[in-house]
Amino acid sequence: MRYLKRAVQDIKQNRFLSLVTIVTIALSILIVSAFSLFFVNANDLINAWKKGVHIMVYLETGVTETEVSRLQKLLHGMVGVEEVHFISRDEALNKLREQLPHQTFLLDNLKQNPLPDAFEVHLPPATRNWEKIEKLAAQFEKLPEVEEVEYGRGWLGRFAAVFNLFRLAGYALGAMFFMAAVFFVANTIRLVLYSRREEVEIMRLVGAEDRFIKTPFYIESMLQGAVGGIIGLATCSLLFMAVSSHVTPELFGGLYQIRFLPTSMLVAMVLTSIMVGWLGCFASLKQFFK
Amino acid sequence: MKDGEEKTAIIRMFHVYRHYGAKTAVVDITLDIYKNELLFINGPSGAGKTTLLKLLYLAEPVSDGQILVNGMNLTRIPRKKVPCLRRNFGIVFQDYKLISSKTVYDNVALVLEAAGQKRRLINKKVKNVLRTVGMEQRITALPPTLSGGEQQRVAIARAVVGDPEIILADEPTGSLDAAAADHVIGLLRAYHTRGATVVIATHAEELIRKAGGRVIHLNAGRLVNSDDV
Repeated sequence: MRYLKRAVQDIKQNRFLSLVTIVTIALSILIVSAFSLFFVNANDLINAWKKGVHIMVYLETGVTETEVSRLQKLLHGMVGVEEVHFISRDEALNKLREQLPHQTFLLDNLKQNPLPDAFEVHLPPATRNWEKIEKLAAQFEKLPEVEEVEYGRGWLGRFAAVFNLFRLAGYALGAMFFMAAVFFVANTIRLVLYSRREEVEIMRLVGAEDRFIKTPFYIESMLQGAVGGIIGLATCSLLFMAVSSHVTPELFGGLYQIRFLPTSMLVAMVLTSIMVGWLGCFASLKQFFK
Repeated sequence: MKDGEEKTAIIRMFHVYRHYGAKTAVVDITLDIYKNELLFINGPSGAGKTTLLKLLYLAEPVSDGQILVNGMNLTRIPRKKVPCLRRNFGIVFQDYKLISSKTVYDNVALVLEAAGQKRRLINKKVKNVLRTVGMEQRITALPPTLSGGEQQRVAIARAVVGDPEIILADEPTGSLDAAAADHVIGLLRAYHTRGATVVIATHAEELIRKAGGRVIHLNAGRLVNSDDV
């Protein structure tokens, strides 16, 4: 309690320096939390899209009803397959008309239906990863009645790969901001120590332990870290509220509603900003008390 | 100390040197300081008086020789034990060394806070000692608003509030007028009477004559002679 009182007194006595430190940490947390917000929502969106992933097995022209029936049983019996729906070429054409309500004139002029019969193969959640999907697709392609197998790898896979790249860049950026914030806090503490070097020296001369001298500085830095972290997250939250009112689920095909960071992540960020304060102080005190 | 009482050395120095590069500030000092003794270290400016005192509480390291304080060998003491050593002492610095942003009360209380004492006890002891030195009316004042004599009294209060065994005073009357100087020496003598060992470094021979006690003379870092006044 005594140390906390001294720490608060010190913050009041060095208001400007404390404010600069808090603002720096707040800005760092704001930028990192904005990136995290993007990643969390992009990741959720990819997962939502993946949930809708199914394999389309397009059949050769001229496949008979008997062959269709046999094929359906065969596909259903394969490991990793949950459901199999047959979509006839006529059904496919009608669906296309529904999806292109303003372009039906294009379909009206077709002499014959170009669309093939197809099976829509649905997979259980456990199987929805690229490796398993690819294996299944390879098995389907070997069947003689199958002309082509399609499962959205083309675009979703590329999107996921790009997203992962961005995520790595985000980690690197986050690490750089972390180090910059630690460096800034260390510098601030160094300035405070320098301005109070006489006081620290007197405390040492009258027999104060290092712990007695250092603890208020640690508490001061951790308080600055906590306050900076909370302000950064609060600002991010306000910006999110402003932006999210314009971002509707329809933008993502009705699949997804953007959300703010989960509580666990918020707590982790505040703890990280406290750690930034502690580390900066540690680095500074280590040098000063050499 | 009373006549006939057996002398116990509280500080023992054996062939102590302090070098600063090519210069030697303390040269081959062998000296015992006894429990409950009033000792003056006399000498001109630059004689090594301040350096000698600094060696006792390890504000400066011993270059050569040995110093024992209450049996603790200062040349072998680990760094983390130095605060413990310093709490044996009450130190009155030549330039007072009061923290200008803290009140008289906080400056004196610092010693007891550093020793981990409880708030209520600190309050009682600080007020008592400030009353003794005559500074209880200025308890909330900041040091820059005090006169030299007042600052020195606060410095003495801080030095004695922890009831140290040994009080070291470095030129405690240096910048004071005669009346203030007499008052300061009187305070230190009073603590000596209460049982503390008091070591005063000073070049003011008139004060030494008035106060009495043992005097050692330093010149160019060497112990020249030792008298009882």
